[in-house]
Amino acid sequence: MNDADGIVAHIPPLRRYARALTGDTVAAEDLVQDTLERAWRRFGLWRRGSNLRAWLFTIMHNIFINQVKATQNRRNQAADGAEVKLPATPTQEERLDLRDLNKALRMLSAEQREVVLLIGLEQVSYDEAAKILGLPVGTVMSRLSRGREHLRLLMNRGSATAQLKVVK
Amino acid sequence: MTSPKVSVSELDMHAYVDGRLPEKRREEVETFLAANPQEQERVGVYLQQNNMLHALFDPVLAEPIPPQWRTPDQRWSWRLGPVAAAMAWIALGSALGWLLRGELTGSSGRNVDFARRAAIAHAVYSPEVRHPVEVTAEQEEHLVRWLSKRLGGDLKAPHLVDLGYELVGGRLLPGEKGPVAQFMYQDKNGQRLTLYIKTDTGAERETAFRFSQEGTVGVFYWIDRRLSYALSGEVGKEELLKVANGVYRKLNP
Repeated sequence: MNDADGIVAHIPPLRRYARALTGDTVAAEDLVQDTLERAWRRFGLWRRGSNLRAWLFTIMHNIFINQVKATQNRRNQAADGAEVKLPATPTQEERLDLRDLNKALRMLSAEQREVVLLIGLEQVSYDEAAKILGLPVGTVMSRLSRGREHLRLLMNRGSATAQLKVVK
Repeated sequence: MTSPKVSVSELDMHAYVDGRLPEKRREEVETFLAANPQEQERVGVYLQQNNMLHALFDPVLAEPIPPQWRTPDQRWSWRLGPVAAAMAWIALGSALGWLLRGELTGSSGRNVDFARRAAIAHAVYSPEVRHPVEVTAEQEEHLVRWLSKRLGGDLKAPHLVDLGYELVGGRLLPGEKGPVAQFMYQDKNGQRLTLYIKTDTGAERETAFRFSQEGTVGVFYWIDRRLSYALSGEVGKEELLKVANGVYRKLNP
């Protein structure tokens, strides 16, 4: 397989991941575009024979997380020093059902969302997720555990059986 | 109630959800869950989350790729076609083979050739969207019979669904000394593996697994009961070994 085909083969999963991560078609397409531009430019730095998928997802992670930080900085400035609630806390009381998974995903922190999606949707191994995110595997596991539980509670909200509780 | 012998951690629970436990541990977790309905429900929800994520976002995979994404930019707009790529591979492979000749003598040198040929066949056919195989998995029986007949051996297309790979189909290819067969598999992300099989094994009847990295393509190859196998893919070495083990197991039940 030549180099171009190697990258091209990973475009559909990169795009799926970007869509799930951003929840927005336009933002996702921009994220893929930025990732590919950077990947093509730096392809000479990719070590042949190493994991191309992990390399591409790492690039996407770096771009995404920088965007998230930039947004948070802007919000913090706008709030003039006041503490800003990040989207980790759900604000609605209404019950979220299957159709609202997308909405629930937006309520996870970017860090939890990345882990839940890389592992649950992209099905990368725990080690590969750790490599992509530049974290120890233990941190990945605790984010996964909290992310899934958070998602579960969000989806259960309003139903009588589930009580919101802080997990671990 | 819970069996005192089984201790199941939060980590086990997630590894169970993600299908990453060895069989024995998986059974232990299942036993534990059967005795702990609350945990069982929680794990069930996590499994459902994964399914829902796929239901929600998998359609994105089928969207056509904008042409500008396929190439670096206009300055580098040339692209090797598959045939040219194969030629480049062969040239590179020959050069490598020649360089390594001093170290790899006799039959192992020939096996390296085999691994390289398998990698080239993988590189040429696995990116094919419309014609990855000659005969699709729908006609599996015909496919296996046809290839067995052409190769003069008793071929089998192992089922790898439990490892996450489905049979796409297969094709007949020219080998060094006669026809070879290629079975193609893919996982739900479209990641493809190919199993390359030839009947001519020379003097050897059985070998251990060997690994060869051919550019971006990893190859595990071995000889088993007078058939040579090479499993190629652009996945991690561990994943490839797992599937290679699976193939071997299915062929030696």
